[in-house]
Amino acid sequence: MIEIDGLSKSFVLHNQGGAVIPVMEGGHLSVAAGACVALTGASGAGKSTLMRMIYGNYLAEAGHILVGGVDVARAEPREILALRRHTLGYVSQFLRVVPRVPTLDVVAEPLLAVGADDGVARDRAAALLERLNIPRTLWGLSPTTFSGGEQQRVNIARGFAYDYPALLLDEPTASLDAANREVVLDLIDEAKARGAAIVGIFHDVAARARVADREVDVTGFTPRAA
Amino acid sequence: MTKTDHYNFAYLDEQTKRMIRRALLKALAVPGYQVPFASREMPMPYGWGTGGVQVSAAVLTPEDRFKVIDQGADDTTNAVSIRKFFGRVAGVEATERTAEATVIQTRHRIPEEPLIEGQILVYQVPIPEPLRFLEPRETETRKMHALQEYGLMHVKLYEDIARHGHIATAYAYPVKVAGRYVMDPSPIPKFDNPKMEMAAIQLFGAGREQRIYAVPPYTSVVSLDFEDYPFQRMKAEKPCALCGAEDSYLDEVIVDDAGGRMFVCSDTDYCATRRDDGHVGAMGAPYEEGQA
Amino acid sequence: MSVQNASQESCRDCSERSWAAAEPLLSVRGVSKFYGARIGCADVSFDLYPGEVMGIVGESGSGKSTLLNCLAGHLAPDAGEVQFDTRAEGLKDTVTMSEPERRMLGRTDWAFVHQNPRDGLRMGVSAGGNVGERLMAVGARHYGAIRESALDWLGRVEIEADRVDDRPSAFSGGMQQRLQIARNLVTGPRLVFMDEPTGGLDVSVQARLLDLMRGLVRQMGLSAIIVTHDLAVVRLLADRLMVMKSGHVVETGLTDQVLDDPQHAYTQLLVSSVLQV
Repeated sequence: MIEIDGLSKSFVLHNQGGAVIPVMEGGHLSVAAGACVALTGASGAGKSTLMRMIYGNYLAEAGHILVGGVDVARAEPREILALRRHTLGYVSQFLRVVPRVPTLDVVAEPLLAVGADDGVARDRAAALLERLNIPRTLWGLSPTTFSGGEQQRVNIARGFAYDYPALLLDEPTASLDAANREVVLDLIDEAKARGAAIVGIFHDVAARARVADREVDVTGFTPRAA
Repeated sequence: MTKTDHYNFAYLDEQTKRMIRRALLKALAVPGYQVPFASREMPMPYGWGTGGVQVSAAVLTPEDRFKVIDQGADDTTNAVSIRKFFGRVAGVEATERTAEATVIQTRHRIPEEPLIEGQILVYQVPIPEPLRFLEPRETETRKMHALQEYGLMHVKLYEDIARHGHIATAYAYPVKVAGRYVMDPSPIPKFDNPKMEMAAIQLFGAGREQRIYAVPPYTSVVSLDFEDYPFQRMKAEKPCALCGAEDSYLDEVIVDDAGGRMFVCSDTDYCATRRDDGHVGAMGAPYEEGQA
Repeated sequence: MSVQNASQESCRDCSERSWAAAEPLLSVRGVSKFYGARIGCADVSFDLYPGEVMGIVGESGSGKSTLLNCLAGHLAPDAGEVQFDTRAEGLKDTVTMSEPERRMLGRTDWAFVHQNPRDGLRMGVSAGGNVGERLMAVGARHYGAIRESALDWLGRVEIEADRVDDRPSAFSGGMQQRLQIARNLVTGPRLVFMDEPTGGLDVSVQARLLDLMRGLVRQMGLSAIIVTHDLAVVRLLADRLMVMKSGHVVETGLTDQVLDDPQHAYTQLLVSSVLQV
């Protein structure tokens, strides 16, 4: 489902004397449908950078990032948007939404975006919020006013609303209590069971051990002569 | 009245009349289109019919019989002044009889008696641009006419219904001429609008705004409206108090200081002619020669 | 009722279909506009596909408004083509098409939302008349139906029905802007040009407007080009971004990619200059 090879990336800081910071070289990764690969490596080794490149959020310098047959490293913006809509989901660490939109709508949006019926999308959103223990009284409010943990759970609900064939999870269990952590790990297991290819970053070792089939240390992709 | 010989026939010099006649011909060729013309200073203030007077001056011949009406009446100040003016500078014969007149200059009315081929009706126009109150830019209104973008005209009628529950525009009611140009018929009551499809030539002159436009004989003139709020010609509630006419446009006249009032034909010639023919209204005495 | 219902029905799934569309809705090639020796915008090219929202960012004087006005037919470019996918004839250059045709597009398939609602509204005409004008301009002649459409659209932009006969001069800035949007969208356009649509509004009102625009864009499957200097606005509304400096396009790409991993020196400066809240 996800095939990466020869991936490299450096940042050029034009406003800081044109400093070039190489961050990745020879990156490669292969994730089959139904498998979960955990990215490991010290902080700053490039886990998030790799994940962002897969999502098309960071520009790849060289190499290929094939997701469901689309090469994200070369695709047009609209192809990447279609990919994000239909194929590739991303649960980031931060919730970014339009202020004032009710939580239920925030969670239902990915389903509405692929043309799901309004009622079906809302039912699915409600079920996920219920499972993630977001009190029903908050559903009509914008999540921008929620606590960090609540925002994270809304973010996860949103990421799992639509059954993406490929999923990127950046610290999905961080800042969650034990009960909610269990719910999230169950969601990941269910996604794997339905055939989703998952790439995740888990600092929580126990969580990683439970859901990941394989670990890839991104330190191996760090450019040598830095 | 004695004719003044110090002026050219009908006051304007021949070159000016030629210029105006050219504008008139163009206006007749493109019904409803506003033709710019070089309006002259006339010996009367703007707003007193300088546009109509210049058009009349350009079409009058010494053989014409000239009638002037203001709000339908031959004897109001504006009508009397213009009639006197042409009596002095052109010496044309004046008449109050609609049927006898060859050129009729009017302010705010169309005579009740249907006009016939060979007659010319000259309108005095204060503001020729029907879109003006909604779109102040002349460049834009010209473009709207050129491209037939007339949606705005209906916005005005929409506003009327929204505010009053019906199309409250009672005069200067916009019309579409020959299926093409939207035109301001001058401030005639909308009662008169249906009469504009007539056998006579209709010429419109706006002196201050320097525009001439025209409706040739037998040209379609359609009052704008909505499907669910069709154009309605206001119907007088009662007949004329003097001549009993039920088909004419009536003026309200206060007859005493106790609130007494009567409704009479605004077209004085029409009323007089009917009374002459023996028609008598509720408050009318039988007609006597010289009484009107 | 009929007009907007039809557009709503037919567009329920058009955001879906549009992504598969092979033909661009708008295809811009080499558009340049000069003010004497000064460059307004130079050699701008891009394709906009149905359902896409593109943001144009840059500081004041970068040429983004000049470009928008060239695209929307308000300014004649000195060079270049602006091909629009017309309903009747497919792709057609709006620069060389006749003025009546271009103006017809301006009140049917195109919409233009001005920064200052006073430029886009008739201040002396009621809210209902403002919304109804475009319908009447394309031939609607049934008062009841026009009024019903106007009321429906006021509802969609969250203006109370009892304000339908009030003039926009009695509205707040945010309401005026929402009214302007309703007036523009009532004929079911396919392409909306927006010039700093949230400029001049306070932050809470901006958020409401952004939310509203996002919803309408998705429901109607609209394509839009939004000119703004506010990066937060494009992050929330735009799929793609075009960064302009001194009349030239210096960077294009997916909105979040351009904002999070800017490549050009100017974009890096622009992004790093935003005050964090």
